[in-house]
Amino acid sequence: MTGDPLFRDGVDLVDIGIMGLKVVVAFGFLLVATMFMVWFERKLISDMQNRIGPNVAGPWGLLQTFADGVKFFFKEDLRPENADPLVFRLAPYVSAVTAFLSFAIVPVGGVFKDVPGDTGTVNIFGRETFLQVADPPIGILLLLAMSSIAVYGIMLAGWSSGSKYPLIGSVRASAQAISYEAALGMSVVAVVILAGTLSTHDIVARQAGGLNTWFLVTSGVVPFIVFLIAATAELNRPPFDLVEAEQELVGGFHTEYSSIRFALFFLAEFMNVITMSAIMVTLFFGGPAGPIFFGLTWFWPTIWFMSKVMVFLFIFVWFRATLPRLRYDQLMDLGWKVLIPLSLFWLMFISLKELRASNDWNWVATYGAAAGGLLLGGTLLVTALRAGDRAYQKDSEDA
Amino acid sequence: MVDTIVFLVAAAICLTGAVGVILARNPVHSALMLVMTLFGIAVQFVSQEAHFLAAVQVIVYAGAIVVLFLFVIMLLGVDTAQNLEIGILPAQKWAALCFGVGSLALTGYIIMAVDNPVTGRTGLSGAIDDTANVRLLARSLFSNYVYAFELTSLLLVIAVIGAVVLARKPAKELPDEAGR
Repeated sequence: MTGDPLFRDGVDLVDIGIMGLKVVVAFGFLLVATMFMVWFERKLISDMQNRIGPNVAGPWGLLQTFADGVKFFFKEDLRPENADPLVFRLAPYVSAVTAFLSFAIVPVGGVFKDVPGDTGTVNIFGRETFLQVADPPIGILLLLAMSSIAVYGIMLAGWSSGSKYPLIGSVRASAQAISYEAALGMSVVAVVILAGTLSTHDIVARQAGGLNTWFLVTSGVVPFIVFLIAATAELNRPPFDLVEAEQELVGGFHTEYSSIRFALFFLAEFMNVITMSAIMVTLFFGGPAGPIFFGLTWFWPTIWFMSKVMVFLFIFVWFRATLPRLRYDQLMDLGWKVLIPLSLFWLMFISLKELRASNDWNWVATYGAAAGGLLLGGTLLVTALRAGDRAYQKDSEDA
Repeated sequence: MVDTIVFLVAAAICLTGAVGVILARNPVHSALMLVMTLFGIAVQFVSQEAHFLAAVQVIVYAGAIVVLFLFVIMLLGVDTAQNLEIGILPAQKWAALCFGVGSLALTGYIIMAVDNPVTGRTGLSGAIDDTANVRLLARSLFSNYVYAFELTSLLLVIAVIGAVVLARKPAKELPDEAGR
């Protein structure tokens, strides 16, 4: 049984109504969460830097983001003379829409059990349904698709501004996104192999049962670490924020943007932070799993989910306050020479482990053969690298 | 009914994009139109229940290949309208016309020659089972079509190595260039 039970026996008006309700609630929730995320980041980073931070609008400055949003709406919308009018207007919407869409696949609640059949459903207006906007068969691939489309928003914004700093920023951004997407994708695949499914709902269901069934543990922590680093790079968050390094690029791809168009980029950025945190909780930390104490049973999972997301939001802000920005070559080295080989190796290891378990192969023979193959491949690779080095040095000496 | 509407809308998107690729004066606009076509095709895949192919279509074609196109367009600075009369081969226009008309005629002939072009059968990765999409595709890729698959990846490796060799000049030529 796959897919939302809501649609299993035909679709009527009530189903459409529930679906509409889910979309509106998710949209509203995400907007409000983004608003508070901006406040949370500013306040927390002020604390870490020994400042006070926003404290005028509302209690503890809670309404600061709201005030900023209103201000953005009423500001003049500037467009540079050299800008490409159509693409300049299109780019912010691409960023914002993709940021919204990727959140749709995250299960935000429901009591999951590791048994076949429907689990983690809730009852709304007499219909069983999942607590997530959509559970498409491609599931987690939607995240990868949306993050690869989000590159367009940044790239087109930089190009269409008709100005040099945004262009440099957007070229950096797309190079960075493409480099880290491979590592991100491969750590997702490690989870998909263990779960045997792409659907986010089923991935969460497979992790139900306890701490030791979370994919964080069963995948051996490495995919999670790779995912966390690659996600930070995908989000263009510090220490990977070369895209908008203000000391060299003014503001990066959004230098020429003002008023509500700039606000859309800002919104998309923080929304992506929330979505990535939610995806990490879904993939590695059992989604809404957690003990249920008393009272409303559907209420606790959502609380657990949100607290887990909060931890990651805190970690992202912590990164920003703690880590200095990487140099461009360090960024590329980390992506291509460390994260991709590491995640590729770990992916092969996990596949072998699963294959051995499902075919009941002999322990010693399997891992012996694997170690032998690894040794042979490693030796060949080292020899090739040495030969390359020698040839390069000989060339430079001749010159 | 719904299928037909989805098909018509997606087909309209595909064709608009395809025509736009040719007609747009600006290469960046052309690339964006190409993305539109790819999205239309992804929708067609979804309506055929080939969800995995649709996702791969968006991730690989729209997300990687066209981004690379844009990258090249932006880095080489050819992002302005160009005079099409400069730098084309002598018979290029006529050859293009011949190829275009020829492939159109071939497509038309195939549609005419087959009695019923709509077989109603699902494709290889189509709706055989809800979950079997990925499994089925992997099975055929790594069993029946493994040689074709491996040869294609070999071709890609050769292309990458070729690009690196062409892009990296031997070190001894460098001082010459600097002195010039």
